[in-house]
Amino acid sequence: MSTKTQVEEAIPTLRTKQYEGLARIYGPLIVVEGTRDVSYDETAEIILPNGELRRGRVLEASEKGVVVEVWGGTTGLEMKSTRVRFLGGPLQIPVSTGMLGRIFNGLGEPIDDIAPPPAEALADVNGAPINPVRRAYPQDLIITGISAIDGMNTLIRGQKLPLFSGSGLPHNEIAAQIARQAHLANSDEEFAVVFVAMGVKHDDAEFFWRSFNESGALSNTAMFLNLADDPPMERIIAPRAALALAEFLAFERDMHVLVIMTDMTNYGEALRELASQRGQIPSRKGYPGYLYSDLASIYERTGILKDRKGSITQVPILTMPNDDINHPMPDLTGYITEGQIVLSRDLFRSGIYPCINVLPSLSRLMKDGIGEGFTRADHPALSNQLYAAYAHVQEVRSLAAVIGEEELSDVDKRYLAFGEAFEHRFINQGEYEARSIEQTLDLGWEILSLLPKEELTRVSEKELEQHYIERPSATEEG
Amino acid sequence: MDQEGYITWISGPVVRAKITGAMRMLEQVEVSSFRLVGEVIGMQEDTATIQVYEETSGIKPGDPVFGTGMPLSVELGPGLVGEIFDGIQRPLEILAARSGNFIQRGIKAPALDRERKWVFTPVLKPGTELQGGEILGTVPESSLIEHRILVPPGLSGTLEWIAPKGEYTVTEVIARVRTPSGSQELTMIQEWAVRRERPFRERLSPNVPLITGQRVIDTLFPIAKGGTAAVPGGFGSGKTVLQQALAKWSNADLIIYIGCGERGNEMTDVLVEFPKLLDPYSGKPLMERTILIANTSNMPVAAREASIYTGISLAEYYRDMGYDVALMADSTSRWAEALREVSGRLEEMPAEEGFPAYLGSRLASFYERAGRVVTLNGNEGSVTIVGAVSPPGGDFSEPVTQHTQRFIRAFWALDKSLAAARHFPAVNWLESYSGYDADVAQWWEDKVSPDWEELRRKTMDILQQEAQLQEIVKLVGPDALPDSQRFVLLVARMIKEAFLQQNAMDPIDAYSVPQKQVALLQLLIHLFERGSQVVAKGAPIGRIQKEVTIWPQLVRAKATIPNDDLSGLDRLREQLDKELNQIERDYDEHQNPS
Repeated sequence: MSTKTQVEEAIPTLRTKQYEGLARIYGPLIVVEGTRDVSYDETAEIILPNGELRRGRVLEASEKGVVVEVWGGTTGLEMKSTRVRFLGGPLQIPVSTGMLGRIFNGLGEPIDDIAPPPAEALADVNGAPINPVRRAYPQDLIITGISAIDGMNTLIRGQKLPLFSGSGLPHNEIAAQIARQAHLANSDEEFAVVFVAMGVKHDDAEFFWRSFNESGALSNTAMFLNLADDPPMERIIAPRAALALAEFLAFERDMHVLVIMTDMTNYGEALRELASQRGQIPSRKGYPGYLYSDLASIYERTGILKDRKGSITQVPILTMPNDDINHPMPDLTGYITEGQIVLSRDLFRSGIYPCINVLPSLSRLMKDGIGEGFTRADHPALSNQLYAAYAHVQEVRSLAAVIGEEELSDVDKRYLAFGEAFEHRFINQGEYEARSIEQTLDLGWEILSLLPKEELTRVSEKELEQHYIERPSATEEG
Repeated sequence: MDQEGYITWISGPVVRAKITGAMRMLEQVEVSSFRLVGEVIGMQEDTATIQVYEETSGIKPGDPVFGTGMPLSVELGPGLVGEIFDGIQRPLEILAARSGNFIQRGIKAPALDRERKWVFTPVLKPGTELQGGEILGTVPESSLIEHRILVPPGLSGTLEWIAPKGEYTVTEVIARVRTPSGSQELTMIQEWAVRRERPFRERLSPNVPLITGQRVIDTLFPIAKGGTAAVPGGFGSGKTVLQQALAKWSNADLIIYIGCGERGNEMTDVLVEFPKLLDPYSGKPLMERTILIANTSNMPVAAREASIYTGISLAEYYRDMGYDVALMADSTSRWAEALREVSGRLEEMPAEEGFPAYLGSRLASFYERAGRVVTLNGNEGSVTIVGAVSPPGGDFSEPVTQHTQRFIRAFWALDKSLAAARHFPAVNWLESYSGYDADVAQWWEDKVSPDWEELRRKTMDILQQEAQLQEIVKLVGPDALPDSQRFVLLVARMIKEAFLQQNAMDPIDAYSVPQKQVALLQLLIHLFERGSQVVAKGAPIGRIQKEVTIWPQLVRAKATIPNDDLSGLDRLREQLDKELNQIERDYDEHQNPS
């Protein structure tokens, strides 16, 4: 662990307040008594007798003393001789374009054995809420080359669109594919990736590093790693430190930043641990009542400002415990983010990659980024029709499971065929296959044409005329 | 402003202070040298508990607390319409001008522009005896709203002087009133404590529907002017799209849209779209009749709690001018969570799921401020409340949905599975209800069509039958049903696709006038009744499905037949009759071989 921190070097003028001895240690929290002039949310440095330094922040301040959350954990802390120093303000980290291509811990300190990049600015890790009147409404579509996303749940620059996954599902591969293939239609603006790992395995972090390396994106990527064996409390700071950098790159350096955060479920666990240690009243499943506001303070740091060129797009990954989408983490996330991409274990088992179940998936910003002038005029109606038809496929399948496929009506049999084709040809694609919007939409029509024309009421007659593929072999009588 | 105490404890949005001056319960205070806005929410011995409406990072014990001598209040006067405020009525445009892209702390900006001049036209003459609530004069506030300057409630006396027609700022004196306690000067501004209901003369029964242009609401689950409705639904079920559709197409005079703990980009969407969209009733930009209150999810949580009261106070003020106001609160669950968070920090004993025991009474005190009333000046006005509810996991048994149901009369339950099939608005017709249907029936029958009640009943009946039949279909498949029941399934599908589904993005379909709603339903019910006759005569369902050719046109009619020319529906009906007659003829012959 570093002993002389960046923060200290950067703000030498701040008066520091130092105290010796703790009044209480419980879980990740310590109580320091007799403090004066220490404010709520102030950064603290905890110095162990052996000289080791940990950091933390004030969660509660009173006349008697303060409660400090220690990010590095309280293991090995000693009551009498531990010293605590208060740095006079909330945690700030040095940020710079030089951080791209580098690897940091959850507090934004470099861990790749190279000298820290020279700071261009200091950024408060908490950020500040964007004034809604200064936001520009996101409308530029990001082409990911993945049909299930581009065609059905379009990602828009400035959007926060999480991947809801389950353990063992290929969310890492999909996120890496998005990072690798994402581009705007005819644009070569500067882009950057900020990657945050919270409590994930070494292998997963390694996978992303390799993937960025292969695609040549590594020099445009800053990685903030808090791995499974790193202090859990650092997970609470890691996404904030990463977003402080993302905001700097987007709003001060005109870059388009894609922030990938994995795994938000681990973040929630850390928050829950902290809340229960503080004896706070739990709401659902032991999570604190402010989980929603807390998650919002991360997810809402996304978007585009009217007077800045850059943007922040977030793709958080979260594994749903027990594949339960109603678990508080995915549930509250879904209420904040602008949609969600939901992975399905059933599709995964059928060997479909990416195993995206489009029915519970949604992109809220899609409506204003597709169609005439953006993608193609038929896109909105086409995706609408694909949704409706695929939803009906589910009904037909459950019916077929009861009465047998043979007993189905002719139309329903064609729905089954449509469903198969939709999953195996439209959703399914290669990990390195990048489809153009045209390809995705044409493929959609091709598959839709497996259904009789009369069933397609979500598309206009004109669109049918233009895109529906008549096939003599598949008439009603067949 | 005097110092009334100093901080002794801070934890997030809640601070405690030692009282040294004359601090009062619910007084608005300013905390520390940052001058953060707060409100006293509890007192015990010499300690006050204060909830702070701005980020408290950096506040420390010993920091001063200043009193304002006033409860948390809003400024009322011309200049509200078309504006966007935060939860404690700070104008966001002004904040942006002062502090840039990010909201900084401790910025004070008056809600109403002090420089702007308004054209005031007096209504009353000097010498008039006046009461609180009377209209002193008028100001054209926007192209749609004539702002009526009201005598503040509670004030009465003789009008000594009133300003002649001319341009005035909101702080210039426009009238002088002689009251028993001396002469009082009035400006166009009045302040109102947000947690107090504004007075009115009497309540009226809510028997005029608020027309929303949304077929499933207006026809099946109507809401009355002055009524209350809740829109519960899990994420992705389309709460916000529905709320925005109501804000766009409702025939209220003024819309107050509260983004309470929701997404920043959604407010931007409204800000970008509303000035461009035209009000279907007046042809003027929607922003000319809209006030926005935005306290997004990452803005301070206590101000989220206040935003609901700020919104309802503005709504009541315009109601008192004689307007029909519709207030959309998206989402009341986030407001309840703000209550929970503050309650938790106060270490109050929690009731269900950590919510405080007073959740129900707080919700009641909000929804009870809706109503259609005779105002103090004898006009009629109303406040309609539509509150979105975001139940965790879409489970309606949670406390906020449950408590809300006690205080609302229209319940539009959104259904995730409908949303997944892109059936929008995803209002579940079996779980939703409206207590206003009987109240507004008279209006529909007088103004639109005498068979309204009957059409509704028949439609609901078909949908109900379908739900039961679907249970059987799930087990044995549709082929096992007799043709008459399969025909019910067919018609129910048509009702869903041609009537209930409505595309908020489609220029024609987004909004249906009452006449079109009734005409569509008449056609569908006619299809059911005529078709049932034909089926009863022995025509197989397969023939009807195949030989009646209007199905696709019928489903598309909502988007192809414009509101101002419904003749297309008559042509569809003619064709339907022709085709059904054709089929029927064959079976007539079978039955009567003459």
